[in-house]
Amino acid sequence: MSKNVLVYVECADLRPTKAGLQALGAGQRLARQLGGEAVALLTGPGLEAEAAKLGAHGANKVQLAAAEVFATYSQDGLARLVTQQAAATQAAAVLASATPMGKDFMARAAAAGKAGLAADCTDIKVEGGKIHAVRPVYAGKALATVEAAGVLWATLRPNVFAVEATAISAPVENVNVSYGPGDLKSVVREIVQGVKGKLDVAEAEIVVSGGRGLKDPAGEGKQNWENLEKLATTLGAAVGASRAVVDAGWRPHGDQVGQTGKTVSPKLYVACGISGAIQHLAGMSGSKVIVAINKDDTAPIFKVADYGIVGMVEDVVPALTAAFAETLKS
Amino acid sequence: MEIIVCIRRAPTTDARIKPGPDGKTYDPAGVNFDISEYDKFAIEAGIELKEKHGGKATVLSLGPTVSSKELRTAIAMGCDAASLLVSDAQHDAWATACALAAKLKTMPHDLLLFGWNSVDNQAAATGQMVAELLGLPCVSVTVALEVKDGVAHAERLSAHGNRERIAVKLPAVITCQKGLNKPRQPNMKGLMNAKKTVIDESPANAPANGVVTVKLDPPPPRPAGKIVGKGPEAAKALVGLLHNEAKVV
Ligand SMILES: Cc1cc2nc3c(=O)[nH]c(=O)nc-3n(C[C@H](O)[C@H](O)[C@H](O)COP(=O)(O)OP(=O)(O)OC[C@H]3O[C@@H](n4cnc5c(N)ncnc54)[C@H](O)[C@@H]3O)c2cc1C
Repeated sequence: MSKNVLVYVECADLRPTKAGLQALGAGQRLARQLGGEAVALLTGPGLEAEAAKLGAHGANKVQLAAAEVFATYSQDGLARLVTQQAAATQAAAVLASATPMGKDFMARAAAAGKAGLAADCTDIKVEGGKIHAVRPVYAGKALATVEAAGVLWATLRPNVFAVEATAISAPVENVNVSYGPGDLKSVVREIVQGVKGKLDVAEAEIVVSGGRGLKDPAGEGKQNWENLEKLATTLGAAVGASRAVVDAGWRPHGDQVGQTGKTVSPKLYVACGISGAIQHLAGMSGSKVIVAINKDDTAPIFKVADYGIVGMVEDVVPALTAAFAETLKS
Repeated sequence: MEIIVCIRRAPTTDARIKPGPDGKTYDPAGVNFDISEYDKFAIEAGIELKEKHGGKATVLSLGPTVSSKELRTAIAMGCDAASLLVSDAQHDAWATACALAAKLKTMPHDLLLFGWNSVDNQAAATGQMVAELLGLPCVSVTVALEVKDGVAHAERLSAHGNRERIAVKLPAVITCQKGLNKPRQPNMKGLMNAKKTVIDESPANAPANGVVTVKLDPPPPRPAGKIVGKGPEAAKALVGLLHNEAKVV
């Protein structure tokens, strides 16, 4: 069996993303177990300086595909490159982040490699000579340990794997491709910006979520949602929501946490005015620490919460913001 | 326009999932099934496009014979025909994609619609894999879609609430996300149709799974939590615990 691990390191704003460096860390640890090398693959123009630094985060080698064809995202363009480099590096495993981009192209790349995909993994390691990946299924109601007959293609959940600190002098190799923009099947033409600088619930380290208990933001709940936003700003957190809130049109779809929304695993999840329906719990039970604020002490959310306050969101949320602000100051 | 909607029968989202005696698959006792949530957006998109542009919407599934129930629901909503690739096995996205692609090669198609993710296996991969196997363009996680002059204009939801605008030539694969539309309820005429429809059944031609489940475990139990207190007075104590005990802030 080959022993190398190819890691696609996702970049944004001309820098590797945190999720990208976490995937590289996981790749380095896996490569060490296999007795091989972690090869980081980056795409896009203008990344030369960043590519040269990746030895500090676990890369033994760096491959940079700087061609203009990678300046804009293309599912098939990237899948083709990753499949090509997986073969060239004789990878035993190919890793990327389970982000909207990674989930999109990795499935196509795996299929091009005649393989399956271990999607959204929370652990990856060698056991009994085989690479095993652990992935939550049924929205976290069960954990599946999976293996592949050949190369294991996997996407890794953000915020689960640690970034590595290494002192490797990793050479950067330029990767060329034989295709150009005209050969691509799909290319992103335009990006319609969401709210500028908005933190995504799936990637945030802290998530504060609001449920139906916060009431209609266009009516009597206006102050509650403002208070929740203030709490989020104080903590540097993303704002999430239950489906009841999203279906009522109080928050955008992208904020929904749960089985039919986003699965999150932040270090801190604060559920405010959320009852804790099974579909909601499915999406957030993987959080490190869960806090619940609910007026009803029998609400199911308290069954999974590490800490709870029984009370009204109207006054508990602002009190929490004040208490956090004080602690963070000292 | 020939539209094919690929759907999956999956446990309902309120199902309690427990590993079965083989330790690899879940115990089906007490589990109810339905069309996987996101596939409903694909069905609705197929029906809307057919109504607008003319043509036919066919619904296709891989699964056990009981999946005819989900296929009939799609007919009741407004699809015109249904095909089932019969298999009792648990297929991963790769095996599913291979079986679907093999069938799709024998069916005329301009647009292939999928749910962006399944609520059970959650690989979010089948649509892209079928696209690769058939050499078609694909837009995943689509929240807006229009077809004009043989081109699908789609918007996909990416990170940070951004939407990526992509135009792809038909035939193409589109995977559908919440926000694209509001799936309709079947009406009387639809229900009558669903009863009469003969489902085209054939054995599935699926390879071995690409990723094999060697173990299915329940998630680790969460340690018992504590109620810190009542009302805003408890806020300080809670923050103290998060800082000193849990060390997350
Ligand atoms: C197919 C399907 C998929 C689903 N997917 C999801 C999903 O992905 N995510 C999801 O979240 N849900 C999902 N649901 C919906 C889920 O079943 C629940 O309906 C939903 O989570 C309830 O949202 P909620 O907790 O905000 O509202 P409720 O259940 O109405 O709870 C409101 C809570 O707020 C508390 N409260 C009220 N007022 C106050 C106050 N002033 N101060 C403090 N507390 C207060 C109440 O005690 C109550 O516990 C899905 C359902 C289905 C059928």
